[in-house]
Amino acid sequence: MARVLINLPARAKRGEVIEVKTLIAHPMETGYRVGPTGAAIPRDIINRFVCTYSGAEVFRAELFPAIAANPFIAFFTVATESGEIAFSWTDDHGETQTEIRQITVE
Amino acid sequence: MDAGPQSASPTRRLILLAAAGFGLTSFAAPAAATSAAMEEAIRALLGEAAVNRGKVRLELPPIVENGNTVPLTVSVESPMTEADHVASIHIFNQKNPQPYVAAFHLGPRAGKAVVSTRIRLADSQQMVAIARLGDGSFWSDSADVIVTLAACAEG
Repeated sequence: MARVLINLPARAKRGEVIEVKTLIAHPMETGYRVGPTGAAIPRDIINRFVCTYSGAEVFRAELFPAIAANPFIAFFTVATESGEIAFSWTDDHGETQTEIRQITVE
Repeated sequence: MDAGPQSASPTRRLILLAAAGFGLTSFAAPAAATSAAMEEAIRALLGEAAVNRGKVRLELPPIVENGNTVPLTVSVESPMTEADHVASIHIFNQKNPQPYVAAFHLGPRAGKAVVSTRIRLADSQQMVAIARLGDGSFWSDSADVIVTLAACAEG
């Protein structure tokens, strides 16, 4: 499991626009580099990121090799209700890592 | 004896012309090919639709010291309501091996159409951001960036 940093407020007012910052540790190997033996290093990137708020998708990203290592993505969402905000990253092997954060809306 | 030089000189001229022409095309080809790849990727996204300038702001540092991590922010002027919102934001580059950088899908629940990430740049080049609004119209902005240390340079 890769290390993940997620930054979002724990509490927010209803209707408030909150910023969500995410970062996951990943080499984002482009597939264009060659290793010490001269063989091409196979591509291995996170190609998909999805954020759901209480089960409904609020943000989605498709990523390509031009995204820097340890992909950082920051976006905004409206605090609509108390609940779970889930983040999932999917890599080229189809493996998905999901992290969940709670938010309290008053 | 006369026929020799007369017939030879047009041929030589032709060869020189052909060489000059070939030289020109071979110099122009790399730049044209890469921006053609970007054009193609953009065309695939737009289909038949036209793209307007404005509404979108693509922010990148004008001079980048390290092409391996370049901060990038795209913001789109939009009230982000059900009737008028940004559906997606697409980022393209000219000179990386692949023209597509990222696509972000948002909706009225985003509240604010601002997305930030960090990218890699292989060379000094022009970046293009295109936003697709809920009504199907496209808006774009471009930014020039100078890269002193390119990504992928270590081979």
